[in-house]
Amino acid sequence: MTTKLKPVDVVTVGVGLTGTILAKELADSGLKVVGLERGGWRDTHPDFDMPHAHDELRYARRHELMQDLSRETLTFRNAIGDTALPMRQMGSFLPGEGVGGAAVHWNGVTWRFLPWDFETRSRTLARYGAGQLAEDCTSQDWGVTYDELEPHFDRFEYLYGICGKAGNLKGQIQPGGNPFEGPRSRDYPNPPMKTSHVSAIYGKAARELGYHPFPAPSANMTRPYTNPYGVTLGACVYCGYCERFGCEMGAKASPQTTVLPVLMKNPNYELRTLANVIKVNLDFDRKRATGVTYVDSRGREFEQPADLVLLTSYVFNNVRLMLLSGIGKPYDPAANTGVVGRNYAYQTNGNVTAFFEDKVFNQFMGAGALSMMIDDIDGDNFDHTGLGFIGGGWIGAASSGARPIDFHPVPSGTPRWGSEWKKAVSRYYNRAFGITTHGACQSYRGNCFDLDPTYRDAYGLPLLRMTFDFRQNEYRMSDYMTKKAAEIAKAAGASRMNVNPRTGKYSIVPYQSTHNTGGAVMGADPKTSAVNKYLQSWDVPNVFVIGASAFPQNGGYNPTGTVGALTFHALEAIKTRYLKQPGPLA
Amino acid sequence: MATKLKPVDVVTIGVGLTGTILAQELASTGLKVVGIERGRWRDTEHDFAMPGVHDELKYVRNKELMQDLSRETITFRNNASETALPMRQLGSFLPGEGVGGAAVHWGGLTWRFLPWDFETRSQTLARYGAKQVSEECTMQDWGVSYAELEPHFNRFEYLYGVSGKAGNLNGKIIPGGNPFEGARSQEYPNPPLKTAYSSALFAKAAQSMGYKPFPVPTAANSRAYKNEYGQTIAACVYCGYCQFFACEMGAKGSPQTAVLPVLMKNPNYELRTLCNVTKINLDSEKKRAVSVTYVDSRGREFEQPAELILLTSYVLNNTRLMLLSGVGKPYDPATNTGVVGRNYAYQTPSSVTCFFEDKNFNAFMGAGGLGIAIDEFNGDNFDHSGLEFIGGGFIQAGSNGARPIEVRPVPQGTPRWGSEWKKAAAKYFNRNFSITIQGACQSYRGNYLDLDPTYRDAYGLPLLRMTFDRRDNETKMSDWLTNKAAEIAKAIRPSKMNVNPRRGKYTIVPYQSTHNTGGTVMGADPNSSVVNKYLQSWDVHNVFVIGAGNFPQNGGYNPTGTVGALTFQALEAIKTKYLKRPGALA
Amino acid sequence: MSNRRQFLKSAAALGAAIPAGAAAQTKSDHDKQHAHNMRQAAAAQPRPYMFLSQDEVAFLDAAVSHLIPKDELGPGAKEAGVTYFIDQQLFGGYGSMARKYTQGPWPEGTPQQGYQSPLTPAAVYRAGIRDTNAYCQKTYGKTFGALARAQQDEVLKGLDGGKIELEQVRSPFFFNMLLANTIEGFFADPVYGGNRDKAGWKLVGFPGVAAVYTSFIEKHNVPYKAQPVSIADITGRLAKVDEYGHPIHVMLDDDQAGA
Repeated sequence: MTTKLKPVDVVTVGVGLTGTILAKELADSGLKVVGLERGGWRDTHPDFDMPHAHDELRYARRHELMQDLSRETLTFRNAIGDTALPMRQMGSFLPGEGVGGAAVHWNGVTWRFLPWDFETRSRTLARYGAGQLAEDCTSQDWGVTYDELEPHFDRFEYLYGICGKAGNLKGQIQPGGNPFEGPRSRDYPNPPMKTSHVSAIYGKAARELGYHPFPAPSANMTRPYTNPYGVTLGACVYCGYCERFGCEMGAKASPQTTVLPVLMKNPNYELRTLANVIKVNLDFDRKRATGVTYVDSRGREFEQPADLVLLTSYVFNNVRLMLLSGIGKPYDPAANTGVVGRNYAYQTNGNVTAFFEDKVFNQFMGAGALSMMIDDIDGDNFDHTGLGFIGGGWIGAASSGARPIDFHPVPSGTPRWGSEWKKAVSRYYNRAFGITTHGACQSYRGNCFDLDPTYRDAYGLPLLRMTFDFRQNEYRMSDYMTKKAAEIAKAAGASRMNVNPRTGKYSIVPYQSTHNTGGAVMGADPKTSAVNKYLQSWDVPNVFVIGASAFPQNGGYNPTGTVGALTFHALEAIKTRYLKQPGPLA
Repeated sequence: MATKLKPVDVVTIGVGLTGTILAQELASTGLKVVGIERGRWRDTEHDFAMPGVHDELKYVRNKELMQDLSRETITFRNNASETALPMRQLGSFLPGEGVGGAAVHWGGLTWRFLPWDFETRSQTLARYGAKQVSEECTMQDWGVSYAELEPHFNRFEYLYGVSGKAGNLNGKIIPGGNPFEGARSQEYPNPPLKTAYSSALFAKAAQSMGYKPFPVPTAANSRAYKNEYGQTIAACVYCGYCQFFACEMGAKGSPQTAVLPVLMKNPNYELRTLCNVTKINLDSEKKRAVSVTYVDSRGREFEQPAELILLTSYVLNNTRLMLLSGVGKPYDPATNTGVVGRNYAYQTPSSVTCFFEDKNFNAFMGAGGLGIAIDEFNGDNFDHSGLEFIGGGFIQAGSNGARPIEVRPVPQGTPRWGSEWKKAAAKYFNRNFSITIQGACQSYRGNYLDLDPTYRDAYGLPLLRMTFDRRDNETKMSDWLTNKAAEIAKAIRPSKMNVNPRRGKYTIVPYQSTHNTGGTVMGADPNSSVVNKYLQSWDVHNVFVIGAGNFPQNGGYNPTGTVGALTFQALEAIKTKYLKRPGALA
Repeated sequence: MSNRRQFLKSAAALGAAIPAGAAAQTKSDHDKQHAHNMRQAAAAQPRPYMFLSQDEVAFLDAAVSHLIPKDELGPGAKEAGVTYFIDQQLFGGYGSMARKYTQGPWPEGTPQQGYQSPLTPAAVYRAGIRDTNAYCQKTYGKTFGALARAQQDEVLKGLDGGKIELEQVRSPFFFNMLLANTIEGFFADPVYGGNRDKAGWKLVGFPGVAAVYTSFIEKHNVPYKAQPVSIADITGRLAKVDEYGHPIHVMLDDDQAGA
């Protein structure tokens, strides 16, 4: 039934941010690379053309660019003892589908994780002792340091044309940048974004309170930019349609705007769309992947043999495919043994909505990453002694496009509908903005992935099951951060405020962020990590698993910048070491 | 997990033609009856209102009134050596969903099977000997005779207000009626419908060839009619929207027009819509049904205990529920043992389309069952010696409503698109009619229903698998019958004819008829039937299974009249025998 | 504006075909009047309902007029065509739960687990409206659409808070879907049939399809008062666009502007 195809050197399962970079670099080195993508082809033109690109209902509410859940979803429960039920519609997070993946509809906020983030456990123990960590907390060091990753962060930022202001150049603190960031070898390739009214007010208030505001690093281009691959991105026009949308200007860095134009011309590369990989095939002793099996858009099943299999799809799919294929030992939360599915974490977002009587913000203008931020309450940038939690996150005010179906804030206490609600919507639509507290999330023994025993996908295979809830650490952190945010809002002169720290059980219903992490985490110890520091499977060395699935826990930042750095980190290991002598690299 | 409800006397699974009659009659005797229907409530006033009801796209193409295949379908293959695949969209047949079932969208033709039909095997053997029947043919006698069913035919015809002309009143042949029909005790309750031009031409030609044409009996009521329940069925206005549609006039016999208004007022009856029965629960010895389990529109699972369980859904569901519940032994085609799923049969329809240059038929007018038929070539009404087949079918021409998406025949040889096609479609839309042949279909060892090993419904339960193809008997019969029709067509002197006997493998793609039969067949021998002559399960005495699933093979007629008669046959047995002394009736 | 003229011309041509066909039978004045009336009706009701029955339209017209009422600030949801928007959504992929996971089983689950109904949104409306009307009939002797406004308000609050129990769907589940779709229909691009005359956008001062804002984003605290532009305005060439297809916004005088 399965047609066996001609072997190739490399297969990437998924053609998004990580898959396109790896394919481009490996195809350039002369290897035959096949990219398998479950979704369809998408390009700036004609898929993101005006005027349809600016359709809130279609993209923000009906999720045109996101995963088709009728084919595959995941099941969710808060705790091990509950029954997981399928996520029937999108809510809390929005995985992509189609060429470019979620990097088509992302906002563009492009951070480097802090040096501290990569050594969360050892540095916490060193500074605060074991009492600071909950007993069931499984946060750990990454097995790689910021310094090792710095060149790769740099390479990714220059590839994606990131716009920002350095705060630490080779150890020298730079005014106007983020003084807390790890030292960078050079400044961003592009200057920061313009300053919106919200950015200006927020920045002023934060500075008055002694914080160190700076413009968010952004993949929305502040000027036309030609990247090292020779691909030119357009300049952002501040239209306010980034997150959940494709960019009609080609001004948001994405596989389409940075890599694909050259990759698609490479004769060593072949893209196969509408091809869904259902299994990584292993040899008899399960030490080597022989290739992958996929089903195409005509329902035909193919086996694609390959010497190197790169799992480059979203966190969930990377982990699920490992579980379905038997790569690595599945995690068992009861015994706390096994690794695949371990240390699933998320983001702990809170917010403060600030209402004003005498100011207008034109918040429908903006860009995905047009924000003013402070990083004073992130990572271990502040003393946690006596606070009862670790970690933190950025606190910022964004002008990322206020589209009225989803954005029409009203002061708390306003009814949900009727005349009074309508009045409040009308009054405050243009007189309010939100401050986000973008909290980290530690990993815990009971938060994990495995295969669901009941529900299946359209191919008849078990869905991924997510078991997740926030813990005391996260609630305390969110409370602390959100209080700080409220102080800033007050200093900015807000007449009223809605203060919403993250409380209660985690729910998959309201959107929070597509910052899912873990499940195939990296580390120095095969007992607690699925991949080594080069993102190579400990068990099947010709499989590399790249993405936020490798984060042992989540930091207080958007993950994309760090995912980009890990991609180049894995690439370097593959090119300089693995290809010369295939086998375990650690 | 299931909530156990208060016991009731009777449960009907399915609220269509059979379920409503049985419920009405049993509730009237004082029993508490619950009707469980997977679909929604539908009534003439709200759901079948003009003008929306005359929408060919919605009802014919998009099949608004039919089964929701996203929840449950069947899988199909031609023979046991193939892999069955799901029927992903409706085609060959159109099961209903919702209150009234397929009797909402039926065409209305209401025949009595011939006396011969009920004794197919014994009469064939007696007249032609064993060699007339293929070795693999499993057709058999019904275990009930026409004479036994006659009062029940009569009652059903009077309930649904069938319009027609008797051909045999108590043994006396009546001119203008069907001289081949079994003797009837009464004339039809309503006179025949008016005669369409196509019917008139067909009648004249048939008569000139020595045949005895007569009006097709139909439940499209020729005049306003009040039935025994006091329900008034209105007069048909010949709008041409019967089959695939609901009747806005309330002029088509259906549960909505004949039974439901009175049934819904009965305090002993309770209807539960959007409730899908997933299982009949048996006692530990599997001799008695104790309850049914169903899932409601809020996803809640309930167990409804009942003394008597009536399977009154469509053929396919009746069989599937028995298989899922372990009521009766599943049929095994390899050993030809077991009974549930055995003797699945269908219909062998064919047609001759006549094109004219100088005649206009206003084919968009009409009614379901508006036609003139001949019955010379049905059943054993003609000598089959030397013909190498048994059975036959009625041949008719009429006007059922030609709607342009589906009905715009062009002469054979016309291209499928382009200018020439357009010319032919324009010219002949109103200048053609078809003579149709309702060929019988015998049962065979290799044609059966069982549970699919791969595909599942939305509840996670295995789909029903259909294994079916026609045999030489059917092909030869169809050739022969279609030639007879072509001879009549020639006598009408069309300019062109398309002669389409049924040939080749059975395919589920083009619509043929919703006349699926068998799977829960009746008979005198528990080794070759699922239910006895009273439609009572041989194995579980308090389960009755009613519908065309009881037909051991299919005759050359539409099945509904005979289904109606079987309903009253079962009802009488339940009322006069079973309720007095519950237990095996045969 | 030439497009509008063109449309009127073709509509007239289409209209002319109707009496010609009718004339094939009789040419009485009555028939001519009838044909004229048909054309008038077609012009007045250019957006026929595809999914909702007339009863359901009456229900939704009444319900959405409470959720977003017509008042001194301008049109409400009913005037903005939200009922028609909901009809179109239910008729299309949203109504049939396209691209969403529909396989069972469907235990009710926890609030954190979200949508777990076995019903599609189309079926939720059908069941919810029928059940609510049955409740109203039982309680007040009339269907929802025929109740006094105060009674309608009472019923909606009962559904919102879950005080009114419905048989086939949980009342807050139905209500929340209705409220979410009403807000969508009020603020979505008018191409979907709601937000008529851009009533929702005018209420809050949202300019619709975005222009190039590069030179405006740093004009702090200056209201941007533009005539809102819909997707249809651009595809129908009623709005001027720049080389990338962004509309060139026409700015409003202060007294024309909304919020």
